[in-house]
Amino acid sequence: MSKKYSKHQWKANVLPAIVTVGPVTVMLVLLVAVPLLYVAVMSFCTTDNYYNVVFRFSLENYKKLMNPDYLRIYAQSIIIAFMTTVICILIGYPFSYMIARTKSRKKQLLYMLVIIPFWTNSLIRIYGWRTFLGTNGWLNSALQAIHLTKEPLNFLYKQGTTVLGMVYCLIPFMILPLYTAIEKLDGNLLEASADLGARPVSTFFEVILPLTSSGIFSGSIMVFIPCLGYFFVANILGGGNSDVIGNLIERQFKSGNNWPLGAALSIILIIVTLILVRIYQRLGGDMDSLGV
Amino acid sequence: MKREKKEKRKRILNVIFCAIVYMFLFLPISVIVVNSFNATNSKPYLSWKGFTFDWYIKLWENDALLEAFGNTMIIAIVSTVLATIIGTLGAVGMYRYKFKGKGIINGLLYIPVVIPEIVLGISLLTIFSNANIPRGMLTLILSHVTFCVPFVIFNVRARLNGYDNSIEEASMDLGANRIVTFFEITLPVLAPGIAGGALLAFTLSIDDVIISYFVNGQTKTYPLKVMESIKSGVSPDVNALSTIILVATILVVVVTQSNILKPKSKED
Repeated sequence: MSKKYSKHQWKANVLPAIVTVGPVTVMLVLLVAVPLLYVAVMSFCTTDNYYNVVFRFSLENYKKLMNPDYLRIYAQSIIIAFMTTVICILIGYPFSYMIARTKSRKKQLLYMLVIIPFWTNSLIRIYGWRTFLGTNGWLNSALQAIHLTKEPLNFLYKQGTTVLGMVYCLIPFMILPLYTAIEKLDGNLLEASADLGARPVSTFFEVILPLTSSGIFSGSIMVFIPCLGYFFVANILGGGNSDVIGNLIERQFKSGNNWPLGAALSIILIIVTLILVRIYQRLGGDMDSLGV
Repeated sequence: MKREKKEKRKRILNVIFCAIVYMFLFLPISVIVVNSFNATNSKPYLSWKGFTFDWYIKLWENDALLEAFGNTMIIAIVSTVLATIIGTLGAVGMYRYKFKGKGIINGLLYIPVVIPEIVLGISLLTIFSNANIPRGMLTLILSHVTFCVPFVIFNVRARLNGYDNSIEEASMDLGANRIVTFFEITLPVLAPGIAGGALLAFTLSIDDVIISYFVNGQTKTYPLKVMESIKSGVSPDVNALSTIILVATILVVVVTQSNILKPKSKED
């Protein structure tokens, strides 16, 4: 027992605080803070001829990050993530609006039907897309059966296919916060706006959109950032033609065996994440609503 | 009259739009289910060779796949239990006590949620490797607990925000000690938040590919087994297992729907 505290204080406040917050603190320090700091340190290291990490300060990895091939992949990642986010909003917004505002008694069922597909492993579902789009896949068979095409078309291994896979994996992270925001909308406000003579279009832009923008912001954060790292989607559907930053990192830690370079590439993702979260907070976003 | 017609057409368009989105969501799953009945025997198992139940029988002979699935379940259950305990205690403690560094802990909590999984995965890999912790079941569980705890805390915290402290004081005034009060008063009030957090933790754990991919060592989980087989073509017994899991989860939802969904809709 520490001498700083009286016996009463210790029993009433200090001990329960340690018991409750202690485990999570230890976990966050040892398994989040220390590992990330270690990655930051490693990004300034090099490797010897046997791929072992050598702890000697160097900026070599950061110079390598400027490699034109890498620059092209950063740009490609940003484009893929941006397109994915925009498509998720364009599909997710009207869809969430319809299921959140429906008067049907099946509302809960409609909501569950969005979640159920995501209980099947994401890799399997992405593989399902590959099977569907492949040269022997259902889509090509159907197109040939109705004589729209003679030869099987190649749908795979394009940037668009990767975007499709990303949209598929991440769209629930857009739909769920939007659903929550739209469900909270007060129907009286919409009626008031209409009664006062606003056309549906201006009701949407002046009333509905501002009140549900929080859902768009948190959905966009939860879609855009993971896109940069989802290497397996780019692998399975993009086949190496539409890599994201995650693929570069994965290669350095698995086949390339240059951990310090992989660490430096991860620093890029950390910085992008910090910037986007900062913007999100500036826009008035609540950090806790990212956890849905 | 004209307006009514317009309204009706609008509603039909809405229904069609929603139906297309649902089709998009369920399309790859239907591919999996159909292919689990495919009688093909040659890689990459894509062309349709007729209907069979064989893969549902052969599945039980695929020991490697079953073992991987077992690992996934063990990891998911253990890390859900640990994450739920650590997260619930943490949420209550952070809500109730003032202490130095609270802001930092809170900030650290958001990292596993927003950072790309691959960054968390490689940072855990480097630290395990540096600390000479052999990669396997232990590192998988530690990693899964790490990314699950914040979600438990957010769920419990949402519940705590509407919590009336005076019922706890009343309990203590009536002579219950701190521990009895926690189990008899605090815990039942927080139960829906804890259950929601635990369900989310379990879902995240069984689906995790990226973080497990870096910290697994020789231990295979079900998603990693799938990843391994993707290059040569996923065999239909994997599809059969996925179909069984899908049907099982849908059954669980149907059975528990009245319990889970009703109280929630009352709250909203």
